[in-house]
Amino acid sequence: MANTHDNHEPSDNDSEPVSADGDLYGVLAEYDTPGELLEAARKVRDAGYTEFDTYSPFPVHGMDEAMGIKRTILPLVVWGGGFTGLIGAVFLQWWMNAYNWPWNISGKPAWSMPANVPIAFEGTILFSVLSAFFGMWILNKLPQVWHPFFRSDRFGKVTDDTFLLGIEAKDKRFDQTSTTKLLQDAGAIAIENVFLETDPRRKTMPKFLFAIIVSSTAFALIPFAIAAKARNSHSNQPHFHIFPDMDFQPKYKSDTADDLFADGRANRGEIAGTVARGQLNADDEFYRGLAHGTGGEPQWTTGFPKQIEINDALVQRGQNRFNIYCTPCHGYDGRGLGAVPQRVAAGGGAWPARNLVEGGGVASKMPNGQLFNTISNGMGTMQGYAAQIPHADRWAIVLYVRALQRSQHAADTDVPADQKGSIR
Amino acid sequence: MSAENAEHHAEPGDQPGKAREAFRDVTRDVAWVAEAPKPHKAWLAALTIAVILLSIGVISIYHLVTTGIGVWGNSNSVDWAWDITNFVWWIGIGHAGTLISAVLFLTRQSWRTSINRAAEAMTIFAVMCALLFPLLHTGRPWFAWWMIPHPNDMGMWPQFRSPLMWDVFAVSTYGLTSVLFWYMGLVPDLATFRDRCAAKGDKVRALIYGLVSLGWRGSARQWHRYERAYLILAGLATPLVFSVHSVVSFDFATSQLPGWHTTIFPPYFVAGAIFSGFAMVLTLMLPLRYLFNLHHIIKESHIGAMCKIMLATGMMVGLAYATELFIAWYSGNLYEKFAFWNRALGPFWWSYFLMISCNVLVPQLFWFKKIREKPVIIFILCIFVNIGMWFERFVIIATSLARSFMPSMWSYYHPTRWDIGLFLGTIGLFSTMFLLFFRYVPVIAMAEVKGVMPEAHAGKKGH
Repeated sequence: MANTHDNHEPSDNDSEPVSADGDLYGVLAEYDTPGELLEAARKVRDAGYTEFDTYSPFPVHGMDEAMGIKRTILPLVVWGGGFTGLIGAVFLQWWMNAYNWPWNISGKPAWSMPANVPIAFEGTILFSVLSAFFGMWILNKLPQVWHPFFRSDRFGKVTDDTFLLGIEAKDKRFDQTSTTKLLQDAGAIAIENVFLETDPRRKTMPKFLFAIIVSSTAFALIPFAIAAKARNSHSNQPHFHIFPDMDFQPKYKSDTADDLFADGRANRGEIAGTVARGQLNADDEFYRGLAHGTGGEPQWTTGFPKQIEINDALVQRGQNRFNIYCTPCHGYDGRGLGAVPQRVAAGGGAWPARNLVEGGGVASKMPNGQLFNTISNGMGTMQGYAAQIPHADRWAIVLYVRALQRSQHAADTDVPADQKGSIR
Repeated sequence: MSAENAEHHAEPGDQPGKAREAFRDVTRDVAWVAEAPKPHKAWLAALTIAVILLSIGVISIYHLVTTGIGVWGNSNSVDWAWDITNFVWWIGIGHAGTLISAVLFLTRQSWRTSINRAAEAMTIFAVMCALLFPLLHTGRPWFAWWMIPHPNDMGMWPQFRSPLMWDVFAVSTYGLTSVLFWYMGLVPDLATFRDRCAAKGDKVRALIYGLVSLGWRGSARQWHRYERAYLILAGLATPLVFSVHSVVSFDFATSQLPGWHTTIFPPYFVAGAIFSGFAMVLTLMLPLRYLFNLHHIIKESHIGAMCKIMLATGMMVGLAYATELFIAWYSGNLYEKFAFWNRALGPFWWSYFLMISCNVLVPQLFWFKKIREKPVIIFILCIFVNIGMWFERFVIIATSLARSFMPSMWSYYHPTRWDIGLFLGTIGLFSTMFLLFFRYVPVIAMAEVKGVMPEAHAGKKGH
């Protein structure tokens, strides 16, 4: 056996002659033309051999039938791959754009199949191609860079111009004499026995190749190791910026240092004679309904702020604003039977509004400050009216709600003595 | 004895050893290009030029990435300019490779075996060049991976209803399919190189070719699955190639811009892609055929067939231009009418004129058999077609954007030196890759050529 074996070169000592032959692996017979190979294959098959194969520089037409090769299951594999790709691509698009994060594109439906056809199509093709490519190699049991037949010089010419038929010794009909005779009768121009390798050094992978594989595998694991470390540890260091994007801009942020000014601060203080936004709304009681007691958390105010002068005109103003903003839900009497709840109830639904005047109810128990806050910021399904109603008018509404609550639970004693006569 | 006659069994293998000699000749004629100890002088000269162009491209990309796409001539209204023109041009060139390897395979055109390997390589390198442009046009190419759907801490998913997203899937599927198809076809020929290197004792090359040929043995059981897989891949690549350029045309057709918003775009783009691709195949193969003396493998009849395909697709493209003009008039749509009036007679009239003359008028010369037989003239005509097809994309993109609905958006487009540098760079990248391929990889599909030779049937009974 000459030294033709390309992938198993010993890296240490090339000059050493190839060792004695081991067990017989099989017999190779050479034929002159594709046609003769075809006939020989037919004869070998008819003689009942199964562990044989023919080797040629190109696929010989008719060989599948002559050798009795069963049709490959590859088309089925590809069909499975393509189907997976189709379902996968459709599901991917539906899940990402219609389910997990429905995305409004020009008001179109979140799931509209025509727009998803191209990617479904490409997904089908992609998975079919991958399964055809990898399926073919896996079914062919490749890559496998070692094979006993590679030890034969003659076998190295198969990819050029040579037509070989190989019968392996493990075939149960194999018998060196009769098998050789069969191949010869079929017109072989040469016959060669191929033996298994016995030199242990030639059976192993070259050391440098082994080193390359091990080191490249180790290097490939480094990014994963870095990611794993980053996920399981904390760091105060800023991110590593490969591309700075707009992370670093030539501007000052609040509370940073700056040598431009004498005080060394980037922050500049208030400029005399100017008013900052929100600065005039510092009065917590008037603007937020909060009273600051002696220490501790601020409480809802129970009275009215000092800016509010309680008089008949203010009650009138409160009634006017209440009738505009509050009656659609709460009703003119504050019992929560406004036009909206009634209309919804008429349609079979329910949109209950709070009864503001119920004795011992939520609204009755609320301090003035909380009532004010509810008008400003809303509560439950009620939205805040801060944008529509100025602060003073909100206090007027608070006053009017208090008047309503009192009027709905008035006792005899509430009636001034000079008016008692008018009650019947 | 040509490959087309494979079906008329000539029985040349009746004398012993004759058939094998023919196969051996094919191997030798192809392998010597890679086995020559010193490269051809013309090859070295071409590689030098290609690497210089490639360097210009690398410098242009460096300047672009470190500065921003403001270095290009793209303006506020002409925001797709040379970059997208070049993208579509390169993708179109790639399509002829797939067409030759897949569609002509399915239709049993055995002449394809002489050029399919090189044409597939052309596809892969053209797709590489094409992908650079949308990648760089994003402005921040380091975020391009956001387009791959993956769970991320931003909680973002790609927007699958955008044609630009379809592009990502179509072009990447196309690129991957082309690489796998090409590589699969290469494996038996790489095994040939492996065995030749091993026989000569060239261990380093034998090891490299041995690893990449995956231990191919040429066994009939392996050939059986291999051929089946090849057929399936050809069957998959055929609809794929049509879908890819249709999707590329959707980038334009689904927009509302006059001049882009037309249903004719998918077939029109596909025909144009095949047209420009065949022009590029001939542009590449004619000089190499001359330099490496491959006249008996890439035959005159093969070149003639490609010229006829160019004539046919060139007229399809011409028909599309005429249809566009007709519909612009017939639709009665004011904006459509203006768009095409402006296209032909507006500020970019010269590019429309170049497009019509190079794509419609020049290919008419292929009607004449005398011209189809003269490689030098064919080469020159193909250069014209390459230029014309580049201008077709430029005309579609620049003229439509420079004159959209509002006169306030009207502008004119000038490329900057960085636009030109990047385009030259991709030509350099393509040429470098192709020249390296020609030197180190079996440039002609030897196993396929042998399979369609009359000698492939030598010694068969009953013929």
